[in-house]
Amino acid sequence: MAESYRRSSWKNLLFVAPYLTVFLALLVFPLFWGMWLSLNKVDLFGGSQFIGLKNYARVLNDPIFAQAVRNTLLFVAVSVPTLVALGLFLALALNKASRGSAFLRGLFFSSSILSVTIVTLIWRIVFIPGDGLMAVIFEAFGWQPIGFLSTKGWSLFSVGVATVWWCVGLPMMLFLAALQQIPKDLYEAAALDNSNKWRVLTRITLPSIKSTIMLVAIIQIVLQFQLFGQAQLMTNGGPAGSSRPIVMYIYEAGFIRWEVGMGAAASEILFLIILIAAMFQYWLTTRKGEA
Amino acid sequence: MSAAIEIKNVTKSYGALTVLDDISLDIADGEFIVFLGPSGCGKSTLLRMIAGLEAVNAGEIHLGGKRIDTMAPGQRGVAMVFQSYALYPHMTIAQNMAFGLENIKLERSEIDRRVKDAATILEIDHLLDRKPAKLSGGQRQRVAIGRAIVKEPTAFLFDEPLSNLDAALRGRTRLELAQLHQRLGSTMVFVTHDQVEAMTLADRIVIMHEKKIEQIGTPMEIYQRPATRFVAEFVGSPSMSILPASNITSGKQGAIIDVQGAGKIETHVVLPKGFKSSGAAIGIRAEDTRVVAADEAGLALKVVVVERLGDRTLLYGKLGDGSDLIVEDSGRSAVAAGDTVRVGIDPDALHIFDGDGRAYHHGEA
Repeated sequence: MAESYRRSSWKNLLFVAPYLTVFLALLVFPLFWGMWLSLNKVDLFGGSQFIGLKNYARVLNDPIFAQAVRNTLLFVAVSVPTLVALGLFLALALNKASRGSAFLRGLFFSSSILSVTIVTLIWRIVFIPGDGLMAVIFEAFGWQPIGFLSTKGWSLFSVGVATVWWCVGLPMMLFLAALQQIPKDLYEAAALDNSNKWRVLTRITLPSIKSTIMLVAIIQIVLQFQLFGQAQLMTNGGPAGSSRPIVMYIYEAGFIRWEVGMGAAASEILFLIILIAAMFQYWLTTRKGEA
Repeated sequence: MSAAIEIKNVTKSYGALTVLDDISLDIADGEFIVFLGPSGCGKSTLLRMIAGLEAVNAGEIHLGGKRIDTMAPGQRGVAMVFQSYALYPHMTIAQNMAFGLENIKLERSEIDRRVKDAATILEIDHLLDRKPAKLSGGQRQRVAIGRAIVKEPTAFLFDEPLSNLDAALRGRTRLELAQLHQRLGSTMVFVTHDQVEAMTLADRIVIMHEKKIEQIGTPMEIYQRPATRFVAEFVGSPSMSILPASNITSGKQGAIIDVQGAGKIETHVVLPKGFKSSGAAIGIRAEDTRVVAADEAGLALKVVVVERLGDRTLLYGKLGDGSDLIVEDSGRSAVAAGDTVRVGIDPDALHIFDGDGRAYHHGEA
């Protein structure tokens, strides 16, 4: 029996072949080709020339890249905790069977299905000077108007607000799913154990969904490091590159300056940064669990 | 402090669906009381109402003279052991047991002392640093009981706590619970659908059926003098045989029932005047029957199935009118399926039910 299974095992490969083909062609091959490209001086329309690590040296010495890395790190450092906290808060508030909660769950999730163009369009209407929503509000209160999209500091903040609004649906849904997995009798036992609401939250609820909190944090780290569309469409990286993220730098290097090798090198660096950040987050959460 | 529980005219409904209808019950201080009934009879709901996990729609519940049905669950002075144990999975066993005590801000040294004492009683002291996932079902069960003990509650509530254990462990834990009750002397309320648990553990059993209390009594009262046909059929294994008894005549010694095509059954049950014989039935437990010689008085039974239990043999058969009767014979019984035997019945041990299911026994006026 076992022998015949082993002999026919190559046929089993046929079942995964369609997916494997796509996986190899669109994921594995580009991954290694990108690494190879980053070691070459490449012109999109011409040949390529092996130059070793020179692309990396150029990227790492580029002050514009350094600025993009700083912007991205700041963006991730603020937006990811915000998304986790807000998603968790919404999930806790809306984890009820009432009709109102169901409506609000749908409402908060609905932004996630919009495309980046729609999202940025909506938030441009909010932030744009003169006729924008914020401008109207500021005027009504008689405050000094702020150029949300054109002021250093505010521009990246505005991109962050739009991003959180756009992305909060998934964390909320993941947290809701996790909350509903917690057995009801744990809460009943806690009620009989005289536990107040705060103790229930910190000693029962949060420890029970710890793995989901970690999952959401890692997903969002990976996702938010790849910030591009919102920045491109809302501020175009400005003013003076103060809201330019790494992916935008890669895009400009590869598709505006046609230096594909350099763009590839920047991509590899981004890949490493994301890997390290996600690993660090994983290590942080599992280490706390042991203590 | 007294730990008597008084349940006064308690009603529970979910919307239009009533699950408990006007329940009244007094549980004495230190009593071990068991709620027994089939699934859906409301026994767990009643327990959860004492615990405070279900609201009371009407009526009152008092514990030790204080009204508790308006209090939060944690304020009532009761501890509960859940069917699923409901241990906090991310806490160690020691933390699980200490959690409730930390919440009432008890001194650390007192918490440690109580946890240690309970762990010693339950022989789980070597498990205190482990998480529940690393424990066997029986060990988790002990932790759940330990978590209740450390609170030193006025009353213990058990919601089918043995149903997730295998048969051998269930028997042992049952014994330990009985010992625990003797040692602590606390009031204990125990919900089960297992009549063996009810019979062995209870000081008194409360039989529940369709939103109401059917009978309250000691295990032997319940078994020997069931108040209704439901109780008679629910308690006992094998179940009581029920024969139609529309043909009743009152004799001097007691009623005589003519089972069509099988013979007469003489009883020592004296029926009151005005007994409604339409729909009446007679109940016979297997152990009150015996196989007699062919020339003795009795019923003719055609045996269909023979069940050998070692110490005794159960004969499942049919009487002349087609009704079923289970008869107990000795372990060495030579009766085989297909045989016809003559069955004698102890006239003192019979139960007669009227058309409404009310039971009459020997020695009642």
